Amino acid sequence: MSRQQFNTRHLPGFGPLAIALFAFLYIPLVVIAVYAFNSNRVVTIWEGGSTKWFGEVLRREDIRNAIINSLQIAVVAMVVSTVFALGAALGLVSMRRRQRAGALVLIGAPLVVPEIVSAVATLSFFVLVKIPLGQLTLVLAHIAFCIPFAFLPMRARLSDLDPRLFEAAVDLGARQRQVLWRITLPLLWPGVVSGALLAFIISLDDYLISSFVAGPGNDTLPVFIFGMIRNGITPAVNALSTMLLVVSFVILTISYKVTNRGSHS
Amino acid sequence: MNNRRAGDSSPTFAWPAVTYLAAVVGGPLLLVALYSLLTRGKFGVGVVWDPSIKAWKQLFLEEKLDGSTVFNSQYLEIIGKSFVLAALTTIFSIAVGVPMAIWMSFRSARWRQLLVFAVTIPFWTNTLVRTYAWMLILNDNGLINRGLLKAGVIEQPLRLLYNSGATLIGLVYTFLPFMVLPVFASAEKFDFRLAEAAYDLGARRPQMLKRLILPIIKPGIVAGVVLVFIPALGSFLQPELLGGGKSLMIGNLIQAQFGPSRNWPFGSAVAVALMIITLLALMVFNASSRKAAETGQSASGLL
Amino acid sequence: MVNVLNDRPARAGLVVDNAAKAFRTPEGGAVKALDGVSIDIAPGEFFVMLGPSGCGKTTLLRSIAGLENLDAGTIHLDGERLDTVAPFARRVNTVFQSYALFPHMTVSENISFGLEMAGASRRSAAPRVSEMLALVHLEEMGSRKPHQLSGGQQQRVALARALATQPSVLLLDEPLAALDLKLRRGMQSELKRLQAATGITFVFVTHDQEEALALGDRIAVFNDGKIVQCGTPEDIYERPNGRFVADFIGEASFLNVSMIANLPDELFVNANRGAHVAVRPERVRFVAVSESHLSGVVVESQYAGPDVRLVVQLADGQMVRVRTTAGVPTPTVGGRADVAFSVGSLRKIEV
Repeated sequence: MSRQQFNTRHLPGFGPLAIALFAFLYIPLVVIAVYAFNSNRVVTIWEGGSTKWFGEVLRREDIRNAIINSLQIAVVAMVVSTVFALGAALGLVSMRRRQRAGALVLIGAPLVVPEIVSAVATLSFFVLVKIPLGQLTLVLAHIAFCIPFAFLPMRARLSDLDPRLFEAAVDLGARQRQVLWRITLPLLWPGVVSGALLAFIISLDDYLISSFVAGPGNDTLPVFIFGMIRNGITPAVNALSTMLLVVSFVILTISYKVTNRGSHS
Repeated sequence: MNNRRAGDSSPTFAWPAVTYLAAVVGGPLLLVALYSLLTRGKFGVGVVWDPSIKAWKQLFLEEKLDGSTVFNSQYLEIIGKSFVLAALTTIFSIAVGVPMAIWMSFRSARWRQLLVFAVTIPFWTNTLVRTYAWMLILNDNGLINRGLLKAGVIEQPLRLLYNSGATLIGLVYTFLPFMVLPVFASAEKFDFRLAEAAYDLGARRPQMLKRLILPIIKPGIVAGVVLVFIPALGSFLQPELLGGGKSLMIGNLIQAQFGPSRNWPFGSAVAVALMIITLLALMVFNASSRKAAETGQSASGLL
Repeated sequence: MVNVLNDRPARAGLVVDNAAKAFRTPEGGAVKALDGVSIDIAPGEFFVMLGPSGCGKTTLLRSIAGLENLDAGTIHLDGERLDTVAPFARRVNTVFQSYALFPHMTVSENISFGLEMAGASRRSAAPRVSEMLALVHLEEMGSRKPHQLSGGQQQRVALARALATQPSVLLLDEPLAALDLKLRRGMQSELKRLQAATGITFVFVTHDQEEALALGDRIAVFNDGKIVQCGTPEDIYERPNGRFVADFIGEASFLNVSMIANLPDELFVNANRGAHVAVRPERVRFVAVSESHLSGVVVESQYAGPDVRLVVQLADGQMVRVRTTAGVPTPTVGGRADVAFSVGSLRKIEV
């Protein structure tokens, strides 16, 4: 006779399905990474391991330029959008209800508006105000869609904090600015870091809006990769893609660690 | 009345971000609406100030060379097809994403944290790269065809890429985490003592799922539907790379008008139409999420 | 002497005059959290504000701290207007219910915070910080972070932090609510000791009537945004001015006067025979039939260690609570009981 206990957490079939779905989510990433190390020029026929494609990619000047362009834009977009988002997260708390609702709509807009619509709208705007397409327009557009991603972790962190902490500081004699520098910012810091990292990733990953506002000769890395894919599947694309995946993965892990450590203290 | 409590920062801190977004996102959206009512510019770039509803007419009418107009369903079909693909994406995501989210929420706290992180990673990695991965898997020389050929199941490679099926796979792949995460977030709130009480009172697993879990995760499913359906409807990369020329969606249509087809007013009209559909969908989902939240609450309130 | 409202003579201590404050409810209505409250707290007094949750006591405390603004009324401290002063400039500090210790600072940094806000450097504040650590017996804990401390220790850090700047008034918002019973008892004597040692006025908010009786020099009992009764613990317990106070503080039975036999008439000369009286259970004794004021049947008997708690049901259904010392013979459940009480312990209650 079975003495196995009835498991209230068990649901037959759910486990295998979930595992299959995790495989579905990860196999494509693994495929790219594995093919990136395939020495055969014909991507899908395995010939033996090699890192030569990574070397080739980094030797090509057009690719290096795209990487540098992307990094420059991502850094500027990250810094500016994080500062904007930090201000928004701090200021929104004390806004009047209606004002706050309006501000939230604007901050959330880049998440709700279909990316293709944002892309054509931003392009139309730059053409109208006659800013020549190039690095400047890329940065301006990236700042806009990075703001909500930088904003969300900070807002979440801020709403997790006990409002009594700020009251206690005021009660002990702290002025507004002292509360901000000595209490609010140190406690908000993990949210700021993870918001900034997410903004960086989002900027680095964007293809669609960038492809509209880049202008000639200013390809970001994803725009460049898209062009390569269009010209056929090559080992170089796999190597570049793998590099992008690794960068995203590393940044996400850092962000995850920062957020979790922050929530323990 | 000001909501400011002791120690809160000044509301003026928020103004730079709000002003910036109003200028770079809000204003341009209105600009697109305006462009849809103007005439295409010389050489097709930009617009000229000549008000016209021609762009909107073009959505369903075609102008013949002799100036007469006939009904043209070409663009409506693209919109319709986008709807179908977005709806199918949503349905598949619910079908597999909901059980996955429930399973995840039933794990121990440590595992839950790790699993959520595992679902989040693809969500943050480059969409272009992830879509490209499916080209490697589905093309004539791809992983699947090579495997099947080698196993002797087929003699000719199957045409897996460049059709609506491939687009659909790409869309489900991209947007599945958008369903799993909100459903997980609501399922995680489930109190396991309730399941124990239900089993104790004689419920079977399907009954427990239907009577206890479902009411709790309903708001999560509604949120997931919004997060999957809306971006899927306006998607560009998946139909572009996986659907080939045969599986155009609204996003590709808009892109073409601002690119090779050089018709900004028409592109703007389609963009405005997509924006309106998006807002309508949001409103419908908003109303139903309020309802779901209410029934969910009353269901948990009863216990 | 005639007092004109706006021209009070300067008085030492904390004076609240006609404080009023209403909150909007989500449904659009308004709740009067404070409805014309006036109190007069002497310097160095241990003053307790007691009442059920939502009675307005915490709102008044927060208004004194400056974390809430009054709709009407004034607050003066030592003759100077307080309610118009910014919260950071008030010589009033608060110990919060959740302690609100800054989690990113050490214990010493927490205590030093108020001193630094007042212009001290970390270094010049250090001696005072050590002094405060010694005062609350946490000499060894200065470099710990708050989450490394027990609840009782966190509580003492919160006290030390609030006392460090030597405020005129210390406000305590249910500071012991999160502690278990033993620890709470210990902290109560600790608070009394600290108050005596510092001479600072303590204003203490609680919903726990035993705590209020144990701690307060005076107690103000709040209900529905008003002060129902204000007096010494003995006043409040022995001479409640109405049913609410008699019921909220300790236990009491409410009896119709007409039911009570053998009452000396002079006690209720002016009372009509429908009036009610309150009597504390420990003032009720079991007696012989001839001496009894009331007779009935025991319906409940609970052994509670040092004493036994019984409920006697009278013929007309009214219940009388009785508490006797354990070991003394008492009637069992279902048995007949004749009870009496000293007439002096009866309190007339307006119903």
